[in-house]
Amino acid sequence: MSLGIIRPLADHLFPFAQGSRCIAPCGNMPSRLHLALSLAFGQSSTSIFAPEATPAHYIFGLSMFVLAICASIFIVVAGLLLYALIRFRHRRGFTVREPAQIYGSAQVELSWTVIPILIVVVLFLATARVIFVTQAAPRPEKSLDVVVIGHQFWWEYRYPKLGIITANELHIPVSNPNDPMPTYLTMSSADTDHSFWVPRLAGKMDVIPNKVNTMWIDPEKVGLYVGQCAQYCGVEHAKMLIRVYADSPSDFEKWAGEQARPALQDPSAAEGKAVFERNACANCHTVSGTPARGMFGPDLSHMASRATIASGSVPLTEANLRAWIDNPEQFKPGVLMPAMHLSPHDLDAVSRYLMTLR
Amino acid sequence: MATQTPANPITETTLRLRRRGRMLQFLHEWITTVDHKKIGIMYILYALVFLLIAGLEAILMRIQLAVPNNTFVSPQVFNRLFTMHGTTMVFFVGMPILFGFGNYLVPLMIGARDMAFPRLNAFSFWISAFGGLLLYFSYFGGSGLYGAGSAPDVGWWAYAPLTARVFSPGHSTDYWTLSIFLSGIGSIGTALNLVATTLCMRCPGMKLSRMPLLVWLYLVTGVLVFLAVSPLTAAQIMLCIDRYLGGHFFDTQAGGSAVLWMHFFWIFGHPEVYVLVLPAFAFANEIVPVFSRKAIFGYPAMVSATVGIGFISLTVWAHHMFTVGLGAGANAFFTFSTMLIAIFTGIKIFNWVATLWGGNIHFTTAMKFTIAFLFQFPAAGLTGIMLSVSPFDWQLSHSYFVVAHFHYVLVGAILFMIFAAFYFWYPKMTGRMLNDTLGSWHFWLFVIGFHLTFDFMHIPGMLGMPRRIYTYEADRGWAIWNMIVSSGAVFQAVAVLLFAWNLVRSYFKGDPAGPDPWDAWTLEWSTSSPPPSYNFAVIPTVESRRPLWDLKHPEDPDSQYE
Repeated sequence: MSLGIIRPLADHLFPFAQGSRCIAPCGNMPSRLHLALSLAFGQSSTSIFAPEATPAHYIFGLSMFVLAICASIFIVVAGLLLYALIRFRHRRGFTVREPAQIYGSAQVELSWTVIPILIVVVLFLATARVIFVTQAAPRPEKSLDVVVIGHQFWWEYRYPKLGIITANELHIPVSNPNDPMPTYLTMSSADTDHSFWVPRLAGKMDVIPNKVNTMWIDPEKVGLYVGQCAQYCGVEHAKMLIRVYADSPSDFEKWAGEQARPALQDPSAAEGKAVFERNACANCHTVSGTPARGMFGPDLSHMASRATIASGSVPLTEANLRAWIDNPEQFKPGVLMPAMHLSPHDLDAVSRYLMTLR
Repeated sequence: MATQTPANPITETTLRLRRRGRMLQFLHEWITTVDHKKIGIMYILYALVFLLIAGLEAILMRIQLAVPNNTFVSPQVFNRLFTMHGTTMVFFVGMPILFGFGNYLVPLMIGARDMAFPRLNAFSFWISAFGGLLLYFSYFGGSGLYGAGSAPDVGWWAYAPLTARVFSPGHSTDYWTLSIFLSGIGSIGTALNLVATTLCMRCPGMKLSRMPLLVWLYLVTGVLVFLAVSPLTAAQIMLCIDRYLGGHFFDTQAGGSAVLWMHFFWIFGHPEVYVLVLPAFAFANEIVPVFSRKAIFGYPAMVSATVGIGFISLTVWAHHMFTVGLGAGANAFFTFSTMLIAIFTGIKIFNWVATLWGGNIHFTTAMKFTIAFLFQFPAAGLTGIMLSVSPFDWQLSHSYFVVAHFHYVLVGAILFMIFAAFYFWYPKMTGRMLNDTLGSWHFWLFVIGFHLTFDFMHIPGMLGMPRRIYTYEADRGWAIWNMIVSSGAVFQAVAVLLFAWNLVRSYFKGDPAGPDPWDAWTLEWSTSSPPPSYNFAVIPTVESRRPLWDLKHPEDPDSQYE
């Protein structure tokens, strides 16, 4: 890139974006603003001002810098304006017919052209720095690959090297800053445009059919990070939620081991299994190790290991699951899964079966 | 009539026929008119009707979003509401109302008797108007043979492949496509007309360097409309080919490109922002000097900044696509080009401040709206700078922050200036003044409502709330902000109704305006209010940028400084 020349300069000017990692939450400059913002916005689980992974930290540092510049510009302009309005207001009994007519001044014009140009150059350098350290970051030796596929209105996650296919709840290992283990998401869509957005981990990346996009995340703290689809994708765009679980390395290994196994075959749930396979369920859903190999809906091989159904919008309980199978529209009007209209007996059996798929 | 015999049948019938004749004559006069003033007024009235409709749609959406997990409307209805609200406001409120003022004012300000192509002008208006009616007819005819009617629900960007037949069966999307196509043809016609009028119809002595700034800005707007709306109109044809003739431009299921549509849409969509905002600047350029009682500061700088914005605005479209995955180089380029716009708009703002400086500022209703614009537009521009910083945009785009930002531009800047333009030029158009007391109520209620709604709308965006969702989770911390945002809508609605009442009431009861109520300086104030159909009894000759100043101040005319 031709930006090779300005990169060292930008490094020097904007230390918050330097190297591969932010040391302080937002670099050294606007820590007071940071404090105020985290007090005001820290309550939200999806605040962009509570970053927990490197890409989000980069953006946060840059955004504080930009906010500070923009706020100062506004204060200057609004101040001048306010002063002019008060000082030069029409006063009753003001007898001079018309004020002096001034048509312009080249020097003044020059000053308010050159100063903004300088500000723009500074802002651009700061921005270019963060663009390149995020989008062109060298990939460390250790990393996890996940393929993300957007569907109307749920997420499919595939771990090609681990042989795992799951849905709606993404599990990744935490990344230790001294021994980074970022997760690389390779994303595309099966139908319409979507956008993957977990604000505390990174900026969003659109998930577009016939296009492969990538992004990376590396949360340091164990926990659940939520977000949702950010690109209008159809009727149920609002309930296409995202849950990212950052697990400790040992928990992640345990989870991956369980997910890679074929689905549990619990003899006590054989009746429900038969209902599942006899009905249209099997046309759209996969349960590994069984004849159910549908690809249209989420993979259910280990669905009971997830905390939610309906793309993160309904907690997983047997009662909710039963109601969902009976008529998903009551939770997500416009969802593509049809109401199954099973008999109460079959409903019980099939929800019991699904609850055994841990 | 048949059963009852009136006391005096001849008189009754004659009167009735006469009334009917007058009515028919009136209708005939307006429908067949090619007079730029009548067409301008029709554009404005038509846009006002759509403003009320699209405003109602906004209110329904704000009721739905006021509390989490609300079920006031279904997701399907909500998706139609935001699609129709956006499409209507941009294509059938913003553009027509600004074309209306342009149509009315440009010939008057350059001392001409009409536009260059009066018949094209009428054609453009009617085809745009029918485009709008077609869009709303979708509520009845949308799904055609498939069932009950429904409006389009693909969002006002109509991103592919959501518009493909597999995802949008029925005809609602076709209504959207065809109405945009029709209004696009109308817009291109009006744009050509504005450019031709400005270049060919100026009165003797009005060199380009003496044109009122409003005319300059409409000239640039006209060029931008032509360059921006043409690709959009072409894209509608391509979409129709995709949907009905087996084309695969945007059909990703058959190897088409969703990103191609985005490029087509935003190569229109970003210049469109300037198409809408340049006329707002144009109004400010006329109103600020008159109520500061000073000539505009830095006329040549203002003209250059406008032309600069026109050029740069054609190079910034992909800043709407920072999250599409265009790569680091493209993101850096579009960041830079977008930031350049700030330099030019900065020049404008500083020049307006300098015009106020040393003036004698009169706080008329038109000026109040303009002053609010002068504060709100820089704020909108600065949130625009934040969004141009592409990494920041990766967080903010598709969120309520963006929604707040562009409403700050469209409402805080453009709609405020449209209101200002009404208070300023309504006396010229009707011969009567708008009521000032009602105007004050309108202004203050609207300012309060605007700031409640759009200041607080930035916050849920920064807290992770995406746009275009019909409801949201209660645990995200967005509820309180959405409640405040919705409450502001009430103030705005009341203010707009007061304004509409003021327009009607003043038409019948307003104080007579006289030809020049503001003691202003451009040519439209030299003729009567409303102007006769031929505008000027004698085509004027001008010697400076402010011909009426020269007339009023023969001892110190502008012409000696130019």
